[in-house]
Amino acid sequence: MHWLQQLVNGLALGSIYALIALGYTMVYGVLRFINFAHSDVLMLGAYSAFYLAPRMEAVFGPQSAVGTLFIIIAAAAICAVIGILIELLAYRPLRNRPKLTVLITAIGVSLFIEFTCQHGAVFGADTKAFPKLLPSRELHFAGIEMASNDLLVLVLTAVLLFAMWFIVQRTKIGMAIRAVSFNEKAAALMGVNVNRVISFTFGLGSALAAVAGIFYAMRAPGIEPLMGVQPGVRAFIAAVLGGIGNLPGAALGGLLLGVLETVAGGIPGVSIYRDGIAFAILILILIFRPAGLLGRAVIEKV
Amino acid sequence: MMHVGAKRSLLGAILIAVVVSLLSAQFNRYYRDVAIDVAINIVLAVSLNLINGHTGQFSLGHAGFMAVGGYIAAKITLVFGVAAAAWSQPLIFLGALLTGGIVAALAGLAVGVPSLRLRGDYLAIVTLGFGEIIRVIFQTSETFGAATGLVAIPKWTTLGWGFGVAAITVYVVGSLVNSTYGRGFLAVHDDEIAAGAMGINPVRYKVTAFVVGAFFAGVAGGLFAHSKTTLSPTGFDFMKSIDIVVMVILGGMGNTVGVIIAAVLLTAVQEPLRALGPLRGIVFALIIIVLMMLRPQGLFSFGKKKGANA
Repeated sequence: MHWLQQLVNGLALGSIYALIALGYTMVYGVLRFINFAHSDVLMLGAYSAFYLAPRMEAVFGPQSAVGTLFIIIAAAAICAVIGILIELLAYRPLRNRPKLTVLITAIGVSLFIEFTCQHGAVFGADTKAFPKLLPSRELHFAGIEMASNDLLVLVLTAVLLFAMWFIVQRTKIGMAIRAVSFNEKAAALMGVNVNRVISFTFGLGSALAAVAGIFYAMRAPGIEPLMGVQPGVRAFIAAVLGGIGNLPGAALGGLLLGVLETVAGGIPGVSIYRDGIAFAILILILIFRPAGLLGRAVIEKV
Repeated sequence: MMHVGAKRSLLGAILIAVVVSLLSAQFNRYYRDVAIDVAINIVLAVSLNLINGHTGQFSLGHAGFMAVGGYIAAKITLVFGVAAAAWSQPLIFLGALLTGGIVAALAGLAVGVPSLRLRGDYLAIVTLGFGEIIRVIFQTSETFGAATGLVAIPKWTTLGWGFGVAAITVYVVGSLVNSTYGRGFLAVHDDEIAAGAMGINPVRYKVTAFVVGAFFAGVAGGLFAHSKTTLSPTGFDFMKSIDIVVMVILGGMGNTVGVIIAAVLLTAVQEPLRALGPLRGIVFALIIIVLMMLRPQGLFSFGKKKGANA
């Protein structure tokens, strides 16, 4: 039973990783670079919720489900705009530059957001207690304990993953995303507005990051401007684990990583190295299966 | 850049460093410490430049290698050096620095071999992760003082040691890159596939750059430990790596002279910048973004563009 319990806890954490990993993997799909600022968008999502919560509480009363839904949607919208702006201001001018230049810029953007938010005039560097958005109850099922919030996160993540699959596979814009990801130039020649597709991708990925940020904050002791870094790096590893650029891969990688980390955290002696496990997995996967679990190996043509 | 008189310049630089070092008792202590920081940062920036600039890889783990070298060197000194006779102390210091460098180089090899088959962005993440793992290891290891770190390390790093090592680093990296063998680094930087087609083994060159770069980072860590006299794991976090990366970017990737100028400038303005307090990081980040947009080849690169076209 103990292991089953760990599995459930791991899945709850892993589904958050999966949500973040989707953003990484989608942006990588269309632009072929790692958006380092993704983890900071996640943090901004949590802060949006933090500042929205008292206002929603004034309208809908404390811990109301409708209010929380509004908070999540508003935070997602705010972060979508932020994500689109980041792409527009920082990455678009560098679109045709060497990849290293874009990579360094992405690190610069990430640091810029982090330091700006740490400044006393913005959020401040201290940890703030995240408001209880929903009443929390312990659910018991066949000897397994589960917080109601964790279950909600799991269900919502599943819904969002399905929605993502639907958008990418069944809508026109999704087809455009796949086309740009497959071959940007050919897509442009076929009349796809590449800039709009990239903006949309950033918006979508950032909205998911915002939702993940709120879920993460609900589980964490508090929020602070660097809170996105740890889940961000892990989600990136999850994306690589599943095969970067591959949507189901990102979801699988996230769940797998969450479970592995939680299980390892429960083993005495191994638990102090918990932080190293994700990186160990990354290194192993890069050695033995660099394309990821679900990825296809791509041969680079000259 | 290297020329025929490179060896002479090297010996000259070391000689000047030693002479200045002998006179250093007359300098203001504060400025002496800043000067030693400058020397250490030159070593770090020039060695990172071999990896990030000349070879066109992107490492975010330089502080990790520095930590390995610093901890190992400091531990050796604390175990063998403190009670040793005065005449033998420089020898022990030299041994400690070299051992620190070698262990860091081995760490470089351990990270490099698996990860250097990867392209830029993967490598950045792996090296970042490596730096974090190193920090976690030192933070949990009782031998290395766990979270408190190592204290009461003798203050053996003088101006002579600092600038002597800096001169050697510049000379070795310069000679390496400008040798027939070293053209391979630039070839890998410019086009890995073309370089491979010409019979150059890109992975080997990348690993070599990593090992050599890590070695000097380790030595710099040793100098750092014996200059600050205390070491703590938090001193080698991600931001330390970023500081070094900024020096390389500012100076121009692959431009040794530019990187040295940047290292000197940035170290010199560290103290005034500290007055900015929390704004310092914001300024740093803005420098990175603006430079990448307007002058990706760095501030001090003129003429042929070598940097930032990986």
